[in-house]
Amino acid sequence: MHAARAITTPLVPDDYLGLMNPAWSARELTGTIERIKPETEQASTVVVRPNFPWPGHRPGQYLRIGAELNGIRHWRAYSLTSDPDHPDGLVSITVKHVEAGLMSPWFTRKVEPGATVFLGEVEGEFRLPDRLPDRSLFISAGSGVTPIWSMLRDLERRGGLDDALHVHCAREPDQVIFGADLRRMNSTYEGYTFHEHHTGKLPRIVPQNLDEICPDWRDRHTFMSGPRELMDVMEAHWKAEADRDLLFTERFQPIIGRGDADVGSGGTVSFRVTDVEATCDVGVSILVGGEQAGALLPFGCRLGICHTCVGRLHSGQVRDVRTGELHGEQGQTVRTCVNAPEGHVEIEL
Amino acid sequence: MPGAETFTSSDPSHPLHRLTPAQIEEIGEAFQVIGDEVRTDLGEHDADYIRSLIQFHRRLGALSRIVLMASRYPPAWVLGTTGLSVAKILENMEIGHNILHGQWDWMNDPNIHSSTWDWDTASTSAAWKHSHNYLHHTYTNVVGKDKDVGYEIMRVDPKQRWEPRFLAQPVINVFLMLFFEWGVAVHDMDIEGIKAGTKDMKQLRRELKEFGQKAGRQILKDYIAFPALSGRKGFKRTLQANITANLIRNVWSNAIIFCGHFPDQAYTFTEEEAADESRGAWYIRQLLGAANIEGSDTFHLMSGNLSYQVEHHLFPDMPSSRYKEIAPQVKAICERYELPYNTGPFGQQWLMVQRTILRLAFPGGAPRPKAPPYVEPPAYETPGPVVSSSAGPIPAFP
Ligand code: FES
Repeated sequence: MHAARAITTPLVPDDYLGLMNPAWSARELTGTIERIKPETEQASTVVVRPNFPWPGHRPGQYLRIGAELNGIRHWRAYSLTSDPDHPDGLVSITVKHVEAGLMSPWFTRKVEPGATVFLGEVEGEFRLPDRLPDRSLFISAGSGVTPIWSMLRDLERRGGLDDALHVHCAREPDQVIFGADLRRMNSTYEGYTFHEHHTGKLPRIVPQNLDEICPDWRDRHTFMSGPRELMDVMEAHWKAEADRDLLFTERFQPIIGRGDADVGSGGTVSFRVTDVEATCDVGVSILVGGEQAGALLPFGCRLGICHTCVGRLHSGQVRDVRTGELHGEQGQTVRTCVNAPEGHVEIEL
Repeated sequence: MPGAETFTSSDPSHPLHRLTPAQIEEIGEAFQVIGDEVRTDLGEHDADYIRSLIQFHRRLGALSRIVLMASRYPPAWVLGTTGLSVAKILENMEIGHNILHGQWDWMNDPNIHSSTWDWDTASTSAAWKHSHNYLHHTYTNVVGKDKDVGYEIMRVDPKQRWEPRFLAQPVINVFLMLFFEWGVAVHDMDIEGIKAGTKDMKQLRRELKEFGQKAGRQILKDYIAFPALSGRKGFKRTLQANITANLIRNVWSNAIIFCGHFPDQAYTFTEEEAADESRGAWYIRQLLGAANIEGSDTFHLMSGNLSYQVEHHLFPDMPSSRYKEIAPQVKAICERYELPYNTGPFGQQWLMVQRTILRLAFPGGAPRPKAPPYVEPPAYETPGPVVSSSAGPIPAFP
């Protein structure tokens, strides 16, 4: 390989292998979409065959998945809904259609089998503990059910559905993703109760409802995944009334611009490489904030011209201080000299 | 930003002298709009362009190298050398230079990205991004700050003080043409800074090491590994071929790059003129400091679209394939504000540059006359069909 490098420099041999057949290139982890399986009217499971041996994952974890839309590569994180050791080596995510979204309509409406996707790391701390809890409570809403579905399947396989209560919120019964399977589990297992809360008829669920649905909620290991508002109130309730350490949560939306009032809010930056934490006031660029916090960062013109200062966004969003435009998504590179964090931002610098 | 009373230039013949701060702001706005429009329009079509170009370059490069394995047969030598020269020029100009500018960063493709790209030339991409993207593109044509004005070894503008060492510049010029890639690589290390002792020694040591590694890899590839692949009998011929291809690439890129800023029409600026400039004034400096070269589409491609030097300097991070389409809008702004739009045919621009280099080797020298404000040439009217009558041809009706 060293000898091959000598003649391909400054490229690597892989670049030429990829030229002959893109699948020979091992530089990037990619997958091929195998099929799309509709779950409800709004949600579909996207089945992907990774073009490399799948390293495995833990139920509840999520996958970073990228696709090229109109020439631009976008990345999103979705919970893995496939079994960790699928016999055919397939993996899947389950995507709910968001009308104003970018990636989700592509997955649910546009994409055809055979399309290539980019696969990032498997991440996430939201998973079942090694020692299964005796009693558990699962709270999910909408597409937040996906990681919990993976956990329940895991429990089912491991014979661990002894005393699990699952509260799920959806507008209508037919909008419950994996509804048929969850109802089947409900009737098969003594130890699993599937409690559906349909907000089409009932008011939204509030923490106080728990006393009724699950009187011993304080004593259970609770796993929760759903929209931000629901998780915020629940979390506050746990803090006030129970043991916060027994509550495990998955958050889907990145924590940005909480509420509408703080547009142009400034924020905090974690520099993942230099290992510095910085705070930026409104309109203070990531570069300046980082320097003030003592990070040694690359820069050139400081005007947004030269791109010397770019860093790859790991999470969060940034606001262009020149145009005021809010942008940035995971995996995108941003110029730190003209972008300020909006909420919390993690950057590979 | 200058106050309402002051002008950005004290030289009455300088376009900046005549523009009011309000006008300068308007011009800045207008350019900003052009840039934003293209930025929001970028998409798959653009991505396909750069990808297919990269693919073409790799295929051409690989094929030429294969042909050169038979370099002891003259036709193979000629074919392989030509192919390799074209491949290297494309790779340096339209691909490498532009990717390193961040023109394709918007695709979010980690393999075609300014932070990961490396190119087939002696400069390391890191050093080049600093000296070129930052120093040159920020301080374009500010004498004393933009080290690309004469590259620290030549006097190309009368504003540069004459020193006896410049007497050698006609000779240096020829060497620089032939060994341009090495000149650029060394230039990136900031010779003046080293001499003046202002350069951080630790950084210099690091850069030297990186440069050594890069140069070593380049030499190994072109002058040892590939010649060796041609076997004992072909070694020398392939070596000659590779040297030739590198020379052709050097002379070509030197010519294109020198024509970008050193022709007579391009303005230079003093540090005062560029001090505290507004965004609008920055655009105007970029506009005045660069010069285009006229030519065919193939010519533009082979010059990495640096023949649209004006557009490139206004929008260094816009994909180069878009320069042609925005050129009319840039010209319209020039016409509206009576600003020049510097351009000329290749031969003429190149000769002007050579004349300047020869003349300014000696003391003195006056600034050359600048181009007049741009005026859209009248559209050539195509005559309609005619019918002939006894009185001669008359326009046909209807
Ligand atoms: S420092 Fe030049 S673009 Fe940020």
